[in-house]
Amino acid sequence: MRADAAASRDYAGRLRRHQPRPPILRNVLAAFLVGGLICVVGQAVLGWFMSGGMTPKDAAAPTAAVMVIAGALLTGLGLYDELARFAGMGSALPITGFANSIVAPALEAKREGYVLGVGAQLFTIAGPVIVYGVLAALAAAALRYGLVGP
Amino acid sequence: MTGTAVRERPAAGTTESGRVPAPRRVGRYTMALPSRPPVAAVATVSGPMEGRGPLGHGIDHVHQDRTLGQPSWELAESRLLVDAAQRCCRKAGLELDQVDVLLAGDLLNQIISSSFAARDLDLPYVGLFGACSTFALAVGLAAVLVDGGYAATALAAVSSHHDSAERQFRYPVEFGAQRPPTAQWTATGAAAVLVGGPARKARVRITHVTLGRVVDMGIKDPYNMGGAMAWVAADTIRRHFQDTGRDFGDYDLVATGDLAAVGHPMAAELLREAGYEPGDRFADCGLLLYDRRRQDVHAGGSGCACSGIVFGAGFYPDLYEGRLRRLLLVSTGSLHNKMTWEQGQSIPTVAHAVAFEHAGEEASP
Repeated sequence: MRADAAASRDYAGRLRRHQPRPPILRNVLAAFLVGGLICVVGQAVLGWFMSGGMTPKDAAAPTAAVMVIAGALLTGLGLYDELARFAGMGSALPITGFANSIVAPALEAKREGYVLGVGAQLFTIAGPVIVYGVLAALAAAALRYGLVGP
Repeated sequence: MTGTAVRERPAAGTTESGRVPAPRRVGRYTMALPSRPPVAAVATVSGPMEGRGPLGHGIDHVHQDRTLGQPSWELAESRLLVDAAQRCCRKAGLELDQVDVLLAGDLLNQIISSSFAARDLDLPYVGLFGACSTFALAVGLAAVLVDGGYAATALAAVSSHHDSAERQFRYPVEFGAQRPPTAQWTATGAAAVLVGGPARKARVRITHVTLGRVVDMGIKDPYNMGGAMAWVAADTIRRHFQDTGRDFGDYDLVATGDLAAVGHPMAAELLREAGYEPGDRFADCGLLLYDRRRQDVHAGGSGCACSGIVFGAGFYPDLYEGRLRRLLLVSTGSLHNKMTWEQGQSIPTVAHAVAFEHAGEEASP
């Protein structure tokens, strides 16, 4: 049996009364706290590289690398998903979350080998981010070019 | 069919409409089993998290290593099923080759946990898929085969594994994602029920099996499966009551499979509307498997093993001892996969019911 549109709407409405609300305030606070903390760590790493005489621009790349390695390591140790359960977007948005989104499928796909597994599935989560990130950058650059020229 | 000259002889008892009544059928959805097949043994195994839950002490073996020493989650799940099947036979005092048929199912693509397990168990095998409803489906069909005299002993077994299910239905296990409060936790474990065997010793018998229909209420959210399945659970229970003339008063407990915190109160509400008052005789395995205050499982448990473990570790001992005289177990299943969800399809759902009875009076010491 398949409910028609009206019955389906009615049922979804009744169901909503039994559904717990997502704790938005708690989630936002946790995301702010953890996301902010990750950024503070990143800032400290950047400062450490700059104290060795690097310019902020030069220090950015090794800082990103350190954060990616840290995210990958925490994923491998099985800790990053536990952190994400609490922090949500706070741990997903920084570059450590990007590392997690690549290392997690890699860990799992290793059983299917390095080509059909790791190679093919490495970007199952990060792939769309990269594709639409590049597209968005292209659109932004085109807009800027149209508005203020090269 | 066209052009076939084969004419069937009208069977005895053919009604005017031409429909042949099945003598063991009660109503539209229910099969009554006159021989009341006995349950010879039940065995359950689980992962560590289920072991720490309220029913942990009743689980036959809690595997502390979620991989069971296997190279993949899929093989780990298959080992769980083999383990439960072997333990079940051992408890019944039977060798595997004394079992006439294995009916098994799980959640993975092409039910590979079951089929790989059947490769090791080396029995005549029927693979079943009813998503999380598979436990009641397998036990019910095992009872039907025994009742019909087609098997002296039939082994029903199911498995599910949190990590293999996450991987197939959601995200890689280590990926950091926050789940909504309506989400459920797929149980890691397996349950096996041996139906048949020496009837003299039987203290638990199966009396009715109600096979449910597939209902799609238009819910599309795979993080709210309990909600999607609530309607069909209430439907199967209502059909069972109509077919058998029973209601909640005739059962000590009616337990749904994995409706959890959202679906279970919804199903209760639907049954109340249909004129059946559940009172305190209505439970849900998804709410019994874990301690939701201590264990972070959101709305509750799910998976084929959820109703299997709760039945084996919780209900069966009570049925055996007579603390429960009659139980209706209603396993519920969401019949979707990741692809249909990505394509925007709603979730078809199903529920199957099996009625168990304590038969202590006939038991000889």
